[in-house]
Amino acid sequence: MGQIEKFTIDNGLRVVLAPDRAAPVVAVSVHYDVGFRSEPEGRTGFAHLFEHLMFQGSESLEKLAHFRHVQGSGGVFNGSTHPDYTDYFEVLPSAALERALFLEADRMRAPKLTQENLANQIDVVKEEIRLNVLNRPYGGFPWIWLPPVLYETFPNAHNGYGDFVDLEQATLDDCAEFFDTYYAPANAVLTVAGDFEISHAKDLIVKHFGDVPARPRPERPSFAEPRPETEKRGTHPDAHAPLPALAIGYRMPDPIGELDAYLAHIVLAGVLADGDGSRLEQRLVHTDGLVTDLSASAGLFGPFEARDPDTFSITAIHPGEVTEQQVLDAVDDELEKLAATPPSAEELAKVTARWTANLHSEHDRLMSRTLGLGSLELLYGDAALMYDLPGRIGSVTPEDVSTAAKALRPDSRAVLLVQPQTQQEDQ
Amino acid sequence: MTAAKSHRTAEEIGRTAVGPRPVPELGEQRPAADLASVDTVLPNGLRVLAVRHASVPTVELRLRIPFGGSDPLHPARAELLAETLLTGTTRRDRVAIDTELALIGGELGTIVDPERLSISGSSLSDGLPTLLDVLADVLTDATYPDGQVVRERDRLVERIAVARTQPRVIAREALQQRRYGDHPVVREVPQAEDVAVVGPEAVRALHAQAVLPRGSVLVLVGDLDPEKVIDDVAAAVGGWSSDAEATPLAPVPDVAGGDVLLVPRRGAVQSQIRLSSQALPRTDDRYAALQLANLVFGGYFSSRLVENIREDKGYTYGAHSGFEFTGETATLDIDADTASDVTAAALMETRYELTRLRVVPPSEEEVAAVRQYAVGSLLISTSSQAGLASQLSALAGAGLGVEWLAGHPQRLQEVSTEQVVEAAREFFAPERFTGVVVGDPEVLSDGLAALGGVVLP
Repeated sequence: MGQIEKFTIDNGLRVVLAPDRAAPVVAVSVHYDVGFRSEPEGRTGFAHLFEHLMFQGSESLEKLAHFRHVQGSGGVFNGSTHPDYTDYFEVLPSAALERALFLEADRMRAPKLTQENLANQIDVVKEEIRLNVLNRPYGGFPWIWLPPVLYETFPNAHNGYGDFVDLEQATLDDCAEFFDTYYAPANAVLTVAGDFEISHAKDLIVKHFGDVPARPRPERPSFAEPRPETEKRGTHPDAHAPLPALAIGYRMPDPIGELDAYLAHIVLAGVLADGDGSRLEQRLVHTDGLVTDLSASAGLFGPFEARDPDTFSITAIHPGEVTEQQVLDAVDDELEKLAATPPSAEELAKVTARWTANLHSEHDRLMSRTLGLGSLELLYGDAALMYDLPGRIGSVTPEDVSTAAKALRPDSRAVLLVQPQTQQEDQ
Repeated sequence: MTAAKSHRTAEEIGRTAVGPRPVPELGEQRPAADLASVDTVLPNGLRVLAVRHASVPTVELRLRIPFGGSDPLHPARAELLAETLLTGTTRRDRVAIDTELALIGGELGTIVDPERLSISGSSLSDGLPTLLDVLADVLTDATYPDGQVVRERDRLVERIAVARTQPRVIAREALQQRRYGDHPVVREVPQAEDVAVVGPEAVRALHAQAVLPRGSVLVLVGDLDPEKVIDDVAAAVGGWSSDAEATPLAPVPDVAGGDVLLVPRRGAVQSQIRLSSQALPRTDDRYAALQLANLVFGGYFSSRLVENIREDKGYTYGAHSGFEFTGETATLDIDADTASDVTAAALMETRYELTRLRVVPPSEEEVAAVRQYAVGSLLISTSSQAGLASQLSALAGAGLGVEWLAGHPQRLQEVSTEQVVEAAREFFAPERFTGVVVGDPEVLSDGLAALGGVVLP
């Protein structure tokens, strides 16, 4: 599909260039190799809080200036914190390329971390958590509540949004240490995609990022832990939910080291729950009428978001008259069928075609194209994997999917039950 | 964290030997390419807008069918129709529909609201004939099998129960009733008890009566030849015909300003502030000026409202102000979700910013920034097939088309600061706004009573 050029500058910053002159827009992203799995005990939510602080000004930019320069150039911006990385991006009319590179370089070199901005952003993050978790039904389901059932160790099990107590205790010195440790140029990938000329972009990148001082790349810890040897169960009371829900979590092959087996799980998720004709939709939603809605997903945030260990999840919201055991039995029955008899070639062709179309659609949105290239470069050292994926997915065989289904075993999984705490509301 | 490791202080991190550097100027901006398009009305009355945008080998499809209705059961019937439109035809059952779509990398989905039934989809471009065939099949021959309708009805009742526990749904419903009373526009989520009595016959009857080409608009964007695709569409949907015209929503009354209503939601840890006032539609000469005034107020992150109640006060994660287009009219809607203990203060600051926009009107610098943002963000959002298709579908629903989109950057460039100031003065008077606050009355009442202009339960 697209041309990709990669190089590394002297301070260790890895760069991915993906020019495409079709539309006069350009995107710049920076992926730092640190996510919420790396935050220390007692500081849950810190990686995300720190992401907010990176927007609060830097040596050349007062508070609010970053937003104003991006938007005043006609652009949009955002950032997001993932299990294993944190990304920042701008999409702008292509006349603003140099300005975007300047903004990212300035905060990579010298972010202005202040007590006042820290206190302000702790308040903002708490509002974000109230909005997305505390004040709504199924908030944080399943990404916050399933991991502590499936995993034993702090990095994998804890709440990446953070407890309010931990957030409130974050100090300026925590911020300084986190930045100095993890936000080194050698621990980051810069991606530029869209309307630019390669040699011009290279010059600008060296001009603005070249004097960001080199710092050592931190050693990346292993988050490996043994798979569960039983079915583990947990419950989460939900004061707003009207119907019970459940999430089943399984471990997956190493997304990096066992890519083909991992891809088989992605195809399995499609065979199970993508579209009206998928196995679980047919059985649980339409034929047996057990559940209101369901999903199956490789990765709690979708695939290619994390290194090992990663989670395969199946979720369902179901009426109170249906027991969780009925849902589990039906899921297990369908998995056993797939384990015993591989899916048809047509079932796989459906998944492959939808995957291919979705990849085109993702490529078409410059923001998602840029973030996809950057995260694949960070996790796999291979941005171009994006363009190999349809072929790789298409090579997954029915037997591979059957093997993946066999690995989703009832005696090695987590089951999270969301229990409505019915209260009489005024509505 | 551990103090043992050596790292710099925050102060040391924030400065370098070189010191602050100047922000680079913008370069020359290349204009977007012109779009090849055809905009025509087929003999059956369906308007088709086809645009070539061959960035990737896919196509996006948007069909909007006006779907107004005054019968109290209309929302329940319409919702169930939308849920079951794709569950069977004489030629294809539900699984066959999904399978054919999947094999072309395709999707089709339906959403209904008080104004329209929307069918959206996409596929690989070489699958477009199949996508159109499936679309035409459900439009002309959806059978609404009894079993599918009855099962989806049960599911819909469950989903409605879930929807009505969402704060944003509760707040939306309360705002609609506050500003439009019992006009049909307020019935966005049907009542569960209404859904429970709708049978397959009623859904089939509604389809025959309301799923009509005349007055509807189909937008196709992607790797396609616009001239040829019009012929393909005409051939595919030729059998979809009626002399009757699809039913638009009855015109909504103008929003009248008034006190904000406190809507109780006991135990809530956060409140929803929702304000609204009458604005101008896209067809009005002053629209571009009002669009820029709104951006300055709360229409983007660098707006006065966001900088005040988020970046200065930390009262909210996000505050927004934006246009909502209904029929031939438009409103300005302001929203922010805030912790209960700062809700009254956040409402006070929001009113303050409304007044301030009139008393300390947008400056040259503010107008320059929002002008650049309005032009640039439109360029970005229409640079993808999906973004362009959605934008054109919304415009087409208002009787506009590609020309409006192509001409809008120029209109934004021509607006003077004085015109923006005039729009701010006319449309941002606090007394023009009405609205609701949804939250815990135990915590909110005292502060809101002290603030005033709030009707307490």
